[in-house]
Amino acid sequence: MSGQGPMRVLAAMSGGVDSAVAAARLRDAGHDVTGVHLALSAKPATMREGARGCCSVEDSRDARRCADVLDIPFYVWDLAARFREDVVEPFVAEYAAGRTPNPCLRCNEKIKFSAVLERARALGFDAVGTGHYARLSGSATGPTRPVLRRAADPDKDQSYVLGVLRPDQLDGALFPLGDTPKAEVRAEAAARGLVVAEKPDSHDICFIPSGDTRGFLAERIDEAPGEMVDPSGAVVGHHRGVHDFTVGQRHGLGIRRPAPDGRPRYVLGLEPVSRTVRVGPVEDLDVTTLSGADPVWLVDPPSGPLDCVVQVRAHGGTAGATVRVTADGVDVALAEPLRGVAPGQAAVFYRPDGGGDVVLGSATIAATA
Amino acid sequence: MTYLDHAATTPMLPEAAATLTEALGRVGNASSLHSAGRRARRAVEESRETIAQAVGALPSEVVLATGGTEADNLAVKGLYWARRADDPRRTRVVVSAAEHHAVLDAAEWLAEHEGAVLHVLEVDAQGRVDPETLRATLADHPDEVAVVSVMWANNEVGTVNDVRALAEVAHAAGVPFHTDAVQAVGAVPVDFATSGVDALSLTGHKLGGPVGVGALLLRRDAGCTPLLHGGGQERDVRSGTLDVPGTMSLATAVRAAVADVDRRTATLTALRDDLVARVVARVPDARLNGVPLDRPGERLPGNAHLSFPGCEGDSLLMLLDARGIECSTGSACTAGVARPSHVLLAMGLDEDLARGSLRFSLGHNSTPSDVDAVVEAIGPVVERARRAGQALERT
Repeated sequence: MSGQGPMRVLAAMSGGVDSAVAAARLRDAGHDVTGVHLALSAKPATMREGARGCCSVEDSRDARRCADVLDIPFYVWDLAARFREDVVEPFVAEYAAGRTPNPCLRCNEKIKFSAVLERARALGFDAVGTGHYARLSGSATGPTRPVLRRAADPDKDQSYVLGVLRPDQLDGALFPLGDTPKAEVRAEAAARGLVVAEKPDSHDICFIPSGDTRGFLAERIDEAPGEMVDPSGAVVGHHRGVHDFTVGQRHGLGIRRPAPDGRPRYVLGLEPVSRTVRVGPVEDLDVTTLSGADPVWLVDPPSGPLDCVVQVRAHGGTAGATVRVTADGVDVALAEPLRGVAPGQAAVFYRPDGGGDVVLGSATIAATA
Repeated sequence: MTYLDHAATTPMLPEAAATLTEALGRVGNASSLHSAGRRARRAVEESRETIAQAVGALPSEVVLATGGTEADNLAVKGLYWARRADDPRRTRVVVSAAEHHAVLDAAEWLAEHEGAVLHVLEVDAQGRVDPETLRATLADHPDEVAVVSVMWANNEVGTVNDVRALAEVAHAAGVPFHTDAVQAVGAVPVDFATSGVDALSLTGHKLGGPVGVGALLLRRDAGCTPLLHGGGQERDVRSGTLDVPGTMSLATAVRAAVADVDRRTATLTALRDDLVARVVARVPDARLNGVPLDRPGERLPGNAHLSFPGCEGDSLLMLLDARGIECSTGSACTAGVARPSHVLLAMGLDEDLARGSLRFSLGHNSTPSDVDAVVEAIGPVVERARRAGQALERT
């Protein structure tokens, strides 16, 4: 991670256990650490309701309480406007366009390691530290190129949502939890007297604390009714808009008539222009090739075919693959079929490694076949 | 450390701390009839007399409370309820746009929950309420206003209002007048009787006394409905067992601060003027908010409020804090998000400039080296904060 001695580090503190322990470790490593809570909600005063989400008053207080225990300065930065423009609005637009975005990934790319990192650097900080589970070495702390690897805890690994970061972004990043299983992080939080030690993990999209993504989208996207068509071309149902669906979805399709063979139907594809939702049997979900746009490389862009492992969603969905750079981005040929590959998600390319699979690069999935 | 946030809270005066710690060891409820109670009562009443004498009030006009927020709430709501009970046509509340939230939110609460109609008086570019503005508002609604509240001195920009003239205007319309003098007592001459106001809030920790004790000065003839019901202490306007040590310490602090006003005014004015001049010399486009320095008496001596174009106030605060300089940006929401000050917006500053503002407030133990520290830091801090501001702007 370092090797460069003490740095001025801005610790992004969400109010959760991971970022609190990350800040503690950075402080213990001898860095000059300042805690910052990012207020991302347009209404940061909203009290938390039911499901856990970020940037409530309670989370801000939890973060401040931890910073006080760690005896580090603490501030709240209002990133709500940038978050709305760079994460929430594109999230809605992507769904409207029939794609399935990952907002956490976009937040890392556009907020934490862009807006926050840039501001931190301008204020004289060397790096931004977070509680992400991923291993990073040779970062901008040093002269070598950053190497991003999967976390030691496979259940918590977040290298996928960090895989979209450019080298210059990773240069300013510190992930002190990558080597540690989550259970140990909680135990460490308790031992350090951090009150968030037992705080539940967040699972939902932070700006949709109710967990009702469809309801959230329905309030923001006009209905665009269309047809549901099966592989034979038959219209098997109707829908209110392609944004109600994700590729691979089985439930909630609202199709009354069973398929001729009685087997369940899945969403195979979304075509916003013709307002068509393509449905069909599970095997039609199999994808063997995909194309990706806007590739980002942590290694030199491959000049020939690159054999690697590709991951196509945040949890699971990995397969051996061969990646070729094209004029438009990348083409990825899978060694075995993957199901539920949704345009809009990222394809992250890994090189298997005993010390943690190494992230080679990523691209946004544009089309599948 | 360079502590320049005395308007938030100021260190306790040594004599006030001594009074408090000495008194903490004693027992006695001032409402008890036995000798411990009598001793406590005597201490409270002597303290009350001391406070009254220092601020030109009668001892019976001193209603002890927990501080500025309680005193403001008691005045705004209590005067409103009593005046409305007296004359049901009077349902309007008039406050200035630059009030502290303890007044502003109490008035808004009356509007939301008690059917009151809220009138917010505009302030001029220096943050002052023109008595003619108040006169016009009252003339528009004869016999309909229940209470007027305008602060003596503003907590952010230090602007001192002509409270006496404002109180006269209110009285001419038959309306009770309250003033939040939390920042004024001990900082500028305050005389309750000659000011003509019906109610005046003060608090201990802004003038060298303890946190958690303050008072509402309340004229005997001012009707005020209590917020707190119970044992009937404090003229039945404010029930609750009296804080004997706190009250004694408050009295010590009020007496000492008021006695020291002239000397302190001279010292702080000189320090403040030096700070502003040298900061502006380092940062030529910095601008002083509030009343110009060549009009002393209209501005709190220890207040320097400056805007730094192109900077975020919280960046400035963070960078100064890292250099051991403690000052303030104004208000933040409950989650800690910096908000542009309602006072600055009311004075006509645009939102960006309001966000890029800092309050340096000097107090009784401020020294020339505090000013030196700010002057030394401000150039590089502003430069860096500007770069951070540009980093957040889209290109």
